[in-house]
Amino acid sequence: MRTPDFDKFKPTRSSLAARKRTDMLMRVLIYAAFLVAVIPLVSVLYTTIVHGITRFDWYFLTHNMRGVVGGLYPYGGILHAAVGTLEITLGAMVISVPLGIMTAVYLVEYSAKKRLHKTISFFIDVMSGIPSIVAGLFAYSMFSLIFGPGTVNGFVGSAALSILMIPTIVRSTEEMLSIVPVDLREAAYALGVPKSRTIVRIVLRTALPGIVSGVILAIARVIGETAPLLIAAGSISSTNFNLFSGRMTTLPVYVYNEFQQGMASCPAGSALGTDAWGVCVPGIRMERAWAAALVLILLVLVLNGIGRLVAKVFAVKTK
Amino acid sequence: MKKLTADKLFRWTATAAGILILGVLAAVFVFLLIQASPVFFGDRAAAEKTISSFTGGRTTSFLAFVGPLIFGTVLASGLALALAFFVAVGIALFISHYAPKRLSSLLSYVVDLLAAIPSVVYGLWGALVLVPNMYPVWQVVNAVFGWIPLFAGPVSNPPRTVATVAVVLAVMILPIITSMARDIFVQTPLLQQEAALALGATKWEMIKLAVLPFGANGLVSASMLGLGRALGETMAVLMILSPGSTYGIHLLTASQNQTIAANIAAQFPEADSLGVSTLIASGLVLFVITFIVNYIARRITKGGGKLTFRKKEKK
Repeated sequence: MRTPDFDKFKPTRSSLAARKRTDMLMRVLIYAAFLVAVIPLVSVLYTTIVHGITRFDWYFLTHNMRGVVGGLYPYGGILHAAVGTLEITLGAMVISVPLGIMTAVYLVEYSAKKRLHKTISFFIDVMSGIPSIVAGLFAYSMFSLIFGPGTVNGFVGSAALSILMIPTIVRSTEEMLSIVPVDLREAAYALGVPKSRTIVRIVLRTALPGIVSGVILAIARVIGETAPLLIAAGSISSTNFNLFSGRMTTLPVYVYNEFQQGMASCPAGSALGTDAWGVCVPGIRMERAWAAALVLILLVLVLNGIGRLVAKVFAVKTK
Repeated sequence: MKKLTADKLFRWTATAAGILILGVLAAVFVFLLIQASPVFFGDRAAAEKTISSFTGGRTTSFLAFVGPLIFGTVLASGLALALAFFVAVGIALFISHYAPKRLSSLLSYVVDLLAAIPSVVYGLWGALVLVPNMYPVWQVVNAVFGWIPLFAGPVSNPPRTVATVAVVLAVMILPIITSMARDIFVQTPLLQQEAALALGATKWEMIKLAVLPFGANGLVSASMLGLGRALGETMAVLMILSPGSTYGIHLLTASQNQTIAANIAAQFPEADSLGVSTLIASGLVLFVITFIVNYIARRITKGGGKLTFRKKEKK
């Protein structure tokens, strides 16, 4: 019996080297890909901090834009926008948190294998794909039809944001409910606890940290939404505390407005700081936009951090 | 007896919440249709006048108004996807297979930070930082690839162009694609990977043989979801792009294209009631496009398991 010619299958030295080269090349490319992603992140954070810090002070946080003309003193601030963001986001929470959690409860606890389950699940996917500006248009159309054309107030903005929040909350809650062990439910049933009580006291209680974390992350997502609020809530320069009447500025819309107005005009001579009211700053609007962007980024990062922390610290051990 | 009714009440509330979601979605569609209807079924002359004022007298038909917008939307997001896809796959591989295990959760957090930054901040950054810095880059691209019509000149300065917008959009959809791709890559069966390595494959060959085929469907689906996000993005486009209403494909030239979403946001504040209707009609078109893209993405994810199974059988 002849031994097969094993040398025939031996890789040549050059082919081995080529394979190694390809391997090295791909390694370098993959490392480079990560660096490419870090560059914009660092650049965005760095420029926002550097440009934003000049206006970012107590005065900026506690004044609104009433009586602000050009680059002259008073320099204005974001009080009205902060109030607007807070109220509109709270409004969106009030609508979407109960609705989202109850829907998730229905999907996980009640509707398994029913046709309605599939339908709702599918339409929640559809909902999560709605472009944010379309959500704004929807809220605007709905309120125009019900309360007369051109109705624009904070609550319209809340409605628009809740369209964007609901699918996120449903999905995260659903995930949290489904990892609650079946044993817990069965133990409760065995003790004669009715289903609704089991869900509220056992299942929701166990999943609570995860649900809270999901809600906070959903808030962090919508708090930076600009386009729907531009349409649904408009903007105004004074502080409006009433969610249900009148336009309301929010932080992202404030950033956009300041950016869009460009350079401020300065009366001749005032730029030197001789003006009795203080120095005129031509680039004031950009400074305000950056400072408000800094506030927004801080807000989002803090919310994200809290959301993750809640999930980690209060997580119930399922095993 | 009392407890039983509480039980039922809770059940009905949960069911009602689920049905209400369906109702809300139906309402989205119905209300938008009602508001958009005057453009098609109302006073023809007035509708034509509105569209002609939107397009600077270029056209009076809705289709000719929305056509270039659709083209611009698809062009900008398609380009963004092309830019983001390979980088995202690279990052996902880096996190799942190359980076040290202890670092990987920190690294995915870094990528998630990209998703957390609000779009208006990206717009501000794009318009004030990226646009001034991109001009030399586009000049080089034009000099090297100028023979391809896409990159033909003239290169606009400042480059408030589709190309710059696509870069910002790519950054914005990067985390979406990355996080999905990473989740899939991590699930690659360890035995397949080890088998490839045992046969003498290098790390890249192992990835090519085991990881990428396993994740192929998921990658397509992830990029579709990313595309869906890019299609609806408003602020970055609104703040960076110098709008135009042509079917132009010269990416480096300004005032060529505009996207549906940015057009709505730009025109809405000054629009009269018929103008609002026209914009809402274009919003519906955007809704339908994103719906189709997302639908394809979900279909692929759901059929994913079967597809890979069939492939194995053939072999």
